[in-house]
Amino acid sequence: MGSDFVALSLPPLLIGLCASMACALPGNFLILRKQALIGDAISHVVLPGIVVAFLFTGQVSTWPMMIGAAGAAILAVLLIELIRRVGRIESGAAMGVIFTSMFAAGVLLLEQSDTSQVHLDVEHALFGNLESLIWLDAEGWASLFQIKALAGLPVELLRMATVLLAVSAFVYIFWRPLALICFDEPYARTRGIAATALGFALVTLTAIAAVAAFDAVGSIIVIAMIICPPATARLMVNSLRSQVIYSQVLAFMATVLGYMFAGYVPLWLGFSNTLSAAGMIASMSGVFLACAALFGPHRRRNI
Amino acid sequence: MTNFALIADNGAFVEKNVDLESAALNIQGMTVSYGSDPAIYSVDFNVAIGTLTAIIGPNGAGKSTLLKAAMGIIPTVSGQVRFFGKPLSKMRHRISYVPQRASVDWDFPATVKDVVLMGLYPSIGFFKRARPVHLDHVHSCLRKVGMQDFSDRQIGQLSGGQQQRVFLARALVQKADVYLLDEPLAGVDAATETAIISVLKDLKKSEKTVIVVHHDLSTVKDYFDHVLFINKSPIAQGRTAKIFTEENLSITYGGQLSAAKSGLAGA
Repeated sequence: MGSDFVALSLPPLLIGLCASMACALPGNFLILRKQALIGDAISHVVLPGIVVAFLFTGQVSTWPMMIGAAGAAILAVLLIELIRRVGRIESGAAMGVIFTSMFAAGVLLLEQSDTSQVHLDVEHALFGNLESLIWLDAEGWASLFQIKALAGLPVELLRMATVLLAVSAFVYIFWRPLALICFDEPYARTRGIAATALGFALVTLTAIAAVAAFDAVGSIIVIAMIICPPATARLMVNSLRSQVIYSQVLAFMATVLGYMFAGYVPLWLGFSNTLSAAGMIASMSGVFLACAALFGPHRRRNI
Repeated sequence: MTNFALIADNGAFVEKNVDLESAALNIQGMTVSYGSDPAIYSVDFNVAIGTLTAIIGPNGAGKSTLLKAAMGIIPTVSGQVRFFGKPLSKMRHRISYVPQRASVDWDFPATVKDVVLMGLYPSIGFFKRARPVHLDHVHSCLRKVGMQDFSDRQIGQLSGGQQQRVFLARALVQKADVYLLDEPLAGVDAATETAIISVLKDLKKSEKTVIVVHHDLSTVKDYFDHVLFINKSPIAQGRTAKIFTEENLSITYGGQLSAAKSGLAGA
């Protein structure tokens, strides 16, 4: 059990944890800035960018993917702005139009291209390939202390952990200005805070987290984690600091429980198939939110 | 450097030369537009140090726009803003702005103390937590607005008047020299109005400059020693005793004259 767990379950679990927490952390601020849907939008619009990057390079590797995703995100921002101005449509609607049609274009591109050699298809885009991120060099817990074995860890783990660290550092360093632009952006400007730049940095970091997570765990987890844990935390506590801490704990719990319910519980119950870990993790975060909405101490507030 | 601040149509002049270096706020030729229509245009506005000025005009006259443009929150098409003769970027620490209460979501997870501490943002520093000296200062400012007992209260649980007083306290902790307030008396209870006006008059007594977007014409004469009439562009500005006249009111409010008149009668 021990060596199986370390080789087959520990890496996906750790990657899932890093992805969930990296998405939930900026989600706190996006929700308070009424930008919760940005995460949703980003995780959709990057798909055509990633497919195009694949078509150019013929492989799924980090940097071309990131560049493709960034290009798609920039294109999306320009198109949203164009539609908003030319069509005189409210920005939420413009965003909705763009992110669904770009995702659809990405799906069509995927179907037209030959991606049979790699893990890149519509299902992968939605659910990721968490279960396949295994550590073949592991022979048990002791492998965690063997440099040679550690080198065989999935690259996604290091990438996701780096992103989580970067997002955490950003939130820690810019805590006060971030809180200020979330609560009262015009006032923040009068205090000399570069609110536009800071807001842009927040969205950019979220996008980086979303794209990095997209490859490993799929867009379902990204969308769920940016919104559900922070929203759940908000219903449970009443200060920004506690909300952020709770959101991280909730993202952690949803991932561990979701992974367990998908991979182990069905087998214990006698079913022969396991379930999608990404789907179950996202569902767990939804269940948490539902519980908090029903029983959370701060669910009734002055609106 | 001196200039005459001219008043538009009705021919009255500001009573004396305005020394730009000593003016708390000087705006020249400001135009702001949303889209293609100008929200305000050709605004010249001078505020002397130690005055309590009301900005009045009908809905959509650009009162809030004027404050926001002066504070650099929204871009201007043209014009120049000077605080004590210098641009805002060099004077930020001396200028305090109180936005409209309804412009923020009070459901934000914060206590009264948290919000007032935001006023100290640059002086606390990025990494440091608030020190006792900061908290003492916050409490003394809450006491000035009569909110000392609400320090740990969730802001979402406050009444509108209490929220407005918290906003004023956040401006006070800055220890600024100029205070720009956007509709601080809109929709507040009588006790809050009294508390806020008493704080503003105290500021004036200590030679601070206060500029308030105001909507209640019946209280202008009691509360403010200077007035700016504006409807897209300035109509008149100067001492309340001199220029708060029926003629200026009718020019400013036009079709809404009856409301203006009742205000004057009540004053």
